[in-house]
Amino acid sequence: MSQPPPYRSFHPRWHRPRMSTWWWLKRGSHVAFILRELSSIFVAWFVVFLLLLVAAVSRGEAAYWEFLIWAGRPGVLTVNIVSLLFTVFHTITFFNVTPQALAVRLGGKRVPGPLVTASHYAAWVVLSALVAWLVLGG
Amino acid sequence: MADHITLQLARYRPEAEAEPTFQEYEVPCRKDWVVLDGLNYVKDQLDGTISYRWSCRMGICGSCGMTVNGEPKLTCATFLADYAPGPVRVEPLRNFPVIRDLVVELGDFMRKLTMVKPWIVRQVEQPLSEGEYRQTPAEMDQYHQFSMCINCMLCYAACPVYGLDPHFIGPAAIALAQRYNLDSRDQGEAERLGVLAQHEGIWGCTFVGDCTKVCPKNVDPAGAIQRYKLKAATEWLKSFFLPRGAG
Repeated sequence: MSQPPPYRSFHPRWHRPRMSTWWWLKRGSHVAFILRELSSIFVAWFVVFLLLLVAAVSRGEAAYWEFLIWAGRPGVLTVNIVSLLFTVFHTITFFNVTPQALAVRLGGKRVPGPLVTASHYAAWVVLSALVAWLVLGG
Repeated sequence: MADHITLQLARYRPEAEAEPTFQEYEVPCRKDWVVLDGLNYVKDQLDGTISYRWSCRMGICGSCGMTVNGEPKLTCATFLADYAPGPVRVEPLRNFPVIRDLVVELGDFMRKLTMVKPWIVRQVEQPLSEGEYRQTPAEMDQYHQFSMCINCMLCYAACPVYGLDPHFIGPAAIALAQRYNLDSRDQGEAERLGVLAQHEGIWGCTFVGDCTKVCPKNVDPAGAIQRYKLKAATEWLKSFFLPRGAG
């Protein structure tokens, strides 16, 4: 056969649509997903903030007071309020998807998803109450 | 209910056009007609040149997945009446190269599926004289949900991670790997770990969760991936802290 079959020339012509960089703006659930990803930065900031606090405490009382004055500055306060909002959003969205990641079985049966989520919220309340008691009343 | 509905079908004829276009067809909108019935009506009565895949018409074969009004759907399980008064826009599955009209190229998925060894792997075969590999209902319950996958690839079409990074192994292949990892008769988990634990495996998934939402068989591929992440992380910790061979 001297000529290739006619379909050969069309074979590489697959249409390959490309995804837009802004794909996540088209749907509310995708915007929430991107915000959840973004919230990790603020969670990381709180870890850094906590480490700075520990470092200041370890350097003595003067350094601790210096840290408190720095933490009370409007700029740092604003960052921390925004971080708190993002961390709460991160926690809630994380807790809501835990039943998919945790297949808990009791007595051979899988524990219902809402119960897994509820146990996380319960642990959150207990730990928060414990921290509040340590800081305010302990 | 209107007795007809407009189908806007994506047409891509590589010999004639560089970009897909849309062509409209009026089809009967009957209560019991699904989108696939509309496509078959177009093919049989109006325009024989339209290309698409289908086979069983009952949600078993996984061939007729397409994008219906922007959502990945099995066209055999998507009723035209739900879209009345229309129009209904039918496009090929997203994130795959389009060969022609509504037909996408599946080679990438088929290669990835083979990579995760979706079959029972035995290190040592039990002699035939010992009979079959028996399993209790509780053991079957561990993987049954993941075994419902029909390879329709709606999860790949819904997954933005796969759309952005074609190297990602993808939801269905990982869910099917988990189907065999959780099977009490299987001994191939260590062989699959090399493929699944790499960046393009489970760690590529950012848990958008759309794969689970679009799955017509309630397989929950997102859940399978997150559970495997948890397991892989636990195994890594064990190998890090425990003496060799203790885990």
